[in-house]
Amino acid sequence: MGLILDILVQGVQMVLVLALAPGLVGFTRKVKARLLRRQGPPVLQPYRDLLRLVRKEAVLADNASWLFRNAPYLIFATTWVAAALVPTFAAGLHFSWAADLIAITALLGSARFFLALAGMDIGTAFGGIGSSREMLFATLAEPAMIMIVFTVALVAGSTQLSTVAAFMVDHSTLRVSLGLALIGLIIVALTENARVPVDNPATHLELTMVHEAMVLEYSGRHLAVIELAAALKLLLYISLIACIFAPWGMARPDDGVAGMAIGVVTWVGKLAIGGFLMVVFETAIAKMRVFRVPEFVGGALMLGLLGTLLLFVSRSF
Amino acid sequence: MPIAAALLSVAGLAGVAVVAPILTARRLTSATPVVYGASLVFTSVLLVSGLLGLLGGSAFQGVLHLPVGLPWTGAHFALDPLSAAFLVIVNFGAVVASIYAIGYGAHEEEPGRVLPFYPAFLAGMNLVVLSADAFGFLVAWEFMSLSSWALVMAHHHEAENRRAGFVYLLMASFGTLMLLLAFGLLAGPDGDYAFSAIRTAEHVPWIAGLVLVLMLLGAGSKAGLVPLHVWLPLAHPAAPSHVSALMSGVMTKVAIYGFIRVVFDLVSEPAWWWAVIVLILGAGSAVLGVLHAVLQRDLKRLLAYSTVENVGIVFIGLGLGLAFKTNDMAGAAALAVTASIFHAFNHSLFKSLLFFGAGNVLTGAGERDIEKLGGLVHRMPETAYLFLGGCLAISALPPLNGFVSEWLILQAILLSPDLPQWALRFLVPASGAMLALAAALAAACFVRAFGITFLSRPRSPTAETAQEVGRWQIRAMYVLFGVCLVAGIFPGPFLDALSPVSQLLVGGAMPKQPIVPHFSIIPISESRSSYSGFLVFFFILMASWAAIRVIHNFASRAVRRAPPWDCGFPDASPATQYTADSFAQPIRRVFGPLAFRAKISQTLPPPGDMAPARLNLTLRDLVWEFVYAPIEGAVLYAAERLNILQFLTIRSYLSLVFAALVLLLVLVATWA
Repeated sequence: MGLILDILVQGVQMVLVLALAPGLVGFTRKVKARLLRRQGPPVLQPYRDLLRLVRKEAVLADNASWLFRNAPYLIFATTWVAAALVPTFAAGLHFSWAADLIAITALLGSARFFLALAGMDIGTAFGGIGSSREMLFATLAEPAMIMIVFTVALVAGSTQLSTVAAFMVDHSTLRVSLGLALIGLIIVALTENARVPVDNPATHLELTMVHEAMVLEYSGRHLAVIELAAALKLLLYISLIACIFAPWGMARPDDGVAGMAIGVVTWVGKLAIGGFLMVVFETAIAKMRVFRVPEFVGGALMLGLLGTLLLFVSRSF
Repeated sequence: MPIAAALLSVAGLAGVAVVAPILTARRLTSATPVVYGASLVFTSVLLVSGLLGLLGGSAFQGVLHLPVGLPWTGAHFALDPLSAAFLVIVNFGAVVASIYAIGYGAHEEEPGRVLPFYPAFLAGMNLVVLSADAFGFLVAWEFMSLSSWALVMAHHHEAENRRAGFVYLLMASFGTLMLLLAFGLLAGPDGDYAFSAIRTAEHVPWIAGLVLVLMLLGAGSKAGLVPLHVWLPLAHPAAPSHVSALMSGVMTKVAIYGFIRVVFDLVSEPAWWWAVIVLILGAGSAVLGVLHAVLQRDLKRLLAYSTVENVGIVFIGLGLGLAFKTNDMAGAAALAVTASIFHAFNHSLFKSLLFFGAGNVLTGAGERDIEKLGGLVHRMPETAYLFLGGCLAISALPPLNGFVSEWLILQAILLSPDLPQWALRFLVPASGAMLALAAALAAACFVRAFGITFLSRPRSPTAETAQEVGRWQIRAMYVLFGVCLVAGIFPGPFLDALSPVSQLLVGGAMPKQPIVPHFSIIPISESRSSYSGFLVFFFILMASWAAIRVIHNFASRAVRRAPPWDCGFPDASPATQYTADSFAQPIRRVFGPLAFRAKISQTLPPPGDMAPARLNLTLRDLVWEFVYAPIEGAVLYAAERLNILQFLTIRSYLSLVFAALVLLLVLVATWA
């Protein structure tokens, strides 16, 4: 009985992340529009877009290969699995020990690998430029993420996110190393999600673009799946930051339905706050030139390394 | 007794090497399948012996003393868990290479230059692993070096290959000399060179330290550690592809075996500062190797540089193992050593797979330069699929095997704050960052390698008319990819199999990996970290299957083919695509100034001048400039100065001989 309940909770998490991800994107677009004194599309617009795209036929370039057709589903699947493994409303989910934070980072790396390859499949200049830059950013963002994981793991004594969250609730103290890790993680999150100042999710046909350039040849259901994966990734990163640095309200493994409900409400609240703060930051800052980005992301790498080194010097930092 | 069977198979391989020239001299077309088939049989026996020795416990291990070799000592052979593990690595690679070569060898223009040396090379590698005395080890090592040199020189008509062979020969002799000195220092009481005698001997700390340095020079040069790697990217690509796979995937592992055998097993008391040297060399090799790889245009050279990277990762693991071992942290040391041997095994799998893929591209499209390839995914679908698998594995992406071993090394790094030495405390997280950087750069490197070679549009007529290769090649690659997948999804049994090895090397073992809870692996304890490749794989499979089913059933499955969109301005010329160079340009721009002193200068002619504009890019290989160029210069200088010795009179020669004699006598007199 307990096992069935555990799997049920895990299933609820998987469905919830999927259901809420487009809503989060719609919410950030709405907030951004309001901050720019525009009316903005309705919050539910991304759902309608996805539905419309899914129903359309897919237009494939003449020389598209099997990789191009299958990559969207693989990208979506790896991102979804990664998102399902981050504790959102409840810690200690049944499958949470299937992958720790390093594995979640690497899963996102798999998604990026396929996305970059898909960008190169047709053989257009735009696809190549997008893939090339995406991989450049990743060469700095991934080690930065690993160093941040190290910092967090050395504080909490585990790379397992459920354990980390439980530790942070019980031993919530201000630490220099965690502060460095938080800033680093925000930089990584902005980079990985192609947000301003690294990339602009709202533009097409701009030579600075990265993510949009890779998916330029996609249409119909393939595009819908990729867009959904991008939304899932945004939700994943905000949930991740919330899970590590603000795990309050998350249901413990033995909490009942009431605890879960509280967990869901606080999680949605955290998502809203995280999305809002991100948009405020985006609105206040200009996009960087492409070759300034490595310095920006390299900063995250340095912060992560500094945090780790501090903890190697003394566990009390 | 597996060891007897193993030695008989080695003798069999040597026999094949002797028979092969006779077969090829008669120009028999059956020579190729016969030689490779026989190699396949003998290496299979060796593989089974290795597996028995590793899994069967002490009943299948043992030592053997044969009255061959030096008359007064004979030859010692031993099969213990360490040699059994590496016997498995060597012979698994050899078995699939032989399968591959049955098909690939048919394209060989001069089989007489490859067939005799191939089984000899395999015999040499196996003998290194099986030898249990310094004499046999060195002879086998040199045998392995020379037979692989002959294979590098198989296509000696190209000047580039001759140069590769020359550099390789120099570095190999240098390496063997260093090993000779190392074993000389290690000799047991009464100059006994059997490993069992060396183990019982006490070594003074500075002698032991010198042995470490000599081993790093000797075995490290064969394994491809920076800065001793220069021969590797020249020699590995020069050989035929199945031999490249063996050299990169397997011979570097034999070198790693030699290093582990001496440093972890034979030397009595390692010191903590050894870990510092090993970690620095490992981390440097990992990052520099992959930075070189990401800029290469030659597919096989790219793979060779990526071998330097992976050897660096293995050495990071070994350095961690040394650090933990010298501080009596057996559990952590076992994790680090197991992870690094597992990574060596994994690398032998996916590097062979990738070299086979490169061999297919070479036979199918006749081109190694990736700037002239493209679109092969349509012409060579199976090669493309399998090469992609290798790229995923080597880029350390879940759920494949490369990720598991790198994940384990990262977990070992997380245990290092308990180390008491400050130097290590600073160095270990830095090498962790380097490891993560190398892994991320490897992903960029292999997106580029696969994307430019197999995806996009063909960049040359040869790429347009490429042909898929024969069944044998594809079969060998399926075997490798299958094992990559199995080792990634069910790593537990592989780690359990390595526990006697870590018991032998560091006196501890990883916890027994549970089979039941979804095949997850646990490096230290469940609350710290766990990873289940099976669940991750299963979830990815289910999620993508569900997405496809839902969308196809409830929404749309219609497809329309159309010209590429390309923002409305598609250009039919393949030259408008991104090239390999342009793909690597951002990475070169970020890392180039530091790693290669990259300099770009433009010359723009003034308006009205019809001269072309030029962009000059200079990349400097700093290792070559600062290590090898001075040595080369010094040798040339000395040679020129000593040239006069060739033109002396007979009296001067006699007086030189006399002076030398007096000098030696004085030396002997003062020494005694």
